[in-house]
Amino acid sequence: MTDLPRSQHIIASGLVAAVGVAVAYISYTQKPADAFLFPRLISTVFVVLALWTFGKAVLGRTKVGNGLSREAMINILPGFIVALIYVFWAAKALGFYTASTIAFFILLTLYDPAPHSELRTWIKRAIITAGFLVVMYGLFALLLNVFTPKEILF
Amino acid sequence: MEFLTYMGDVFTPINFALLLIGTIGGLILGATPGLSPTMAVALLIPFTFRLEPAQGLILLGAAYTSTVAGGAVSAILLKIPGAPANIATTLDGHTMAQKGQGARALQLSFLASAVGGIFGVMLLIFLTPVLAQWALAFGPSHLFWLAILGVTVIGSLDSSSVVKGLLSGCIGLWLATIGFDDIMGAQRFIFHDAVAGGINVIPALIGLFAIPQVITMFAKGRKRLDAEVIAVKKHPIGAAFREVFGRFRALSIGTITGSIIGLIPGVGGQIAGLVAYDQAKKTSPEREKFGTGHPEGVIAAESANNAMVGPSLVPLLTLSIPGSPTAAVLLGGLLIHGIFPGSDLFDNYPDVAWTFINSMLIGQILMCIFGLYVAGLAARVAQVPNAVMAAVVLGLALFGSYSVQNSMGDVYVMMALGTGMYFLERFGFSAAPLVLGLILGPIAEANFIQGSMIANATSSMGEYFFSGTLNLVLIAIVVASVGYSLWMELRDRRYTTKDDAVLKEESLS
Repeated sequence: MTDLPRSQHIIASGLVAAVGVAVAYISYTQKPADAFLFPRLISTVFVVLALWTFGKAVLGRTKVGNGLSREAMINILPGFIVALIYVFWAAKALGFYTASTIAFFILLTLYDPAPHSELRTWIKRAIITAGFLVVMYGLFALLLNVFTPKEILF
Repeated sequence: MEFLTYMGDVFTPINFALLLIGTIGGLILGATPGLSPTMAVALLIPFTFRLEPAQGLILLGAAYTSTVAGGAVSAILLKIPGAPANIATTLDGHTMAQKGQGARALQLSFLASAVGGIFGVMLLIFLTPVLAQWALAFGPSHLFWLAILGVTVIGSLDSSSVVKGLLSGCIGLWLATIGFDDIMGAQRFIFHDAVAGGINVIPALIGLFAIPQVITMFAKGRKRLDAEVIAVKKHPIGAAFREVFGRFRALSIGTITGSIIGLIPGVGGQIAGLVAYDQAKKTSPEREKFGTGHPEGVIAAESANNAMVGPSLVPLLTLSIPGSPTAAVLLGGLLIHGIFPGSDLFDNYPDVAWTFINSMLIGQILMCIFGLYVAGLAARVAQVPNAVMAAVVLGLALFGSYSVQNSMGDVYVMMALGTGMYFLERFGFSAAPLVLGLILGPIAEANFIQGSMIANATSSMGEYFFSGTLNLVLIAIVVASVGYSLWMELRDRRYTTKDDAVLKEESLS
């Protein structure tokens, strides 16, 4: 048994089981039936294994998986929010290169262990960010000719 | 000896330049903790779109080979394995470096890697065409069982929990069914516009391998890498050359063990390195020296983890069944060029197949030569802070997945799958079987439907899928691999790999 509270395993395996049941329900109810022949086959196995996992979690017999510690969640949260905003909104709304530059700089600021109080640290971060922008532009715009959304900015 | 006919193609200016770029880049990426070979190859796929198929594969193959070897640099100089395959190398390699024998350890490591790698690629050269011809006899029911075998073997052998490994495979198989059904044109599980055309494999691979690593780096917080690069003193290469071959037992144990393990789908470089190390230790008259900086520990581990690279591609190139997550990513690299592995590859695209395989052979030699020169640089790169690595990988993942079809939908799928995979990994699920399910799902379904049509016209489903020697052999292997792993797990005797999440954390600590 891992050190993790049983509730975390129950929630995680419960969610997986819920997805499995939903997949099986759709597979067995949607038409045309022939198009769902293979999904029916795999969703049956999916549900059996998911319920087995859920049952083990409920009984507290889960042996693998360390779950998420409170400290890890606190560490992840700011970067994860920046990443979500970057991917799901900023990249399209601001333009890939602008959004990438801003996101890169923010992530660097959030997770770089160098002290925030020193001017040198900020100059270093700005230089690294500029280098990142140059490399990404060189690789994707010049080398691969990828036409990325430019939208408001660049 | 057909491979010799295409040997010259490796040395055209563009192909050779790509081989050099892949090798040197792979050595540096491999040394970077947290950048696994699979993730490095997945992030490189978008760069191959505009290349010829053979050129793209040369780049990916070189990166695959050299990231495995490059991981030894950080294992030896920083005591941080660049990839799980290099865990065994830290045991003696780092101690040698602490004793001032860093250069010797690196030289032994790269020379042993090259010997193991060349042997592995030779196996690939001689086994692949024979098996590819044999695969011609496979019908839809056999191909269906082979696809299921690919998912179940990796699900049961390459996961910390058999049930969760198989469940991961099922999730992958389900994800593969999203979109329009090929035969009836019916919509299946389209819950968002981003997945209307199905889940594109390349953004999915990038997301599944890169995003969990990015989030793991976030989880470390503002932590400085607690490792110092050990200075490397000069050591004559000739002496290292003589020493590698002088310690022939360790070299041959590593090479043969790695090659055999490479042929078994689902058993990766990590196990190859550890098993070879263990065997070399058990059979050595100097077994008490292992763990105290014994060169044979480095030789056995490094020859094994590179020897498994070539054979791990045999099931992919002959039967379309990727034997490892990295092989699955390489399959993605083949499919984007419309090339399907198997006999079709050797019959219709022999230039692509043989140029790729030959490049891996030459790549081993280049890796050995350049590995010794870029080791110092690679060790410095390995000290890049997590914050920079996380931001760079996130940026590459976004641009790379967008560039596949110039679609934001692919970017959303990449991020959603990657985030989901991070949380699944925290609870003991594994990315490898999920990826295999996603890639082999369409193969399994197409052959299942085709087989059921044949069965309806000729016999019954049961008779078609469950009779015949080959069907029964394949079913027996599926049942045996799952049953054996389950039995060993129930008895707590199973030799398992650690959770993906734990491995990722360890590579950054």
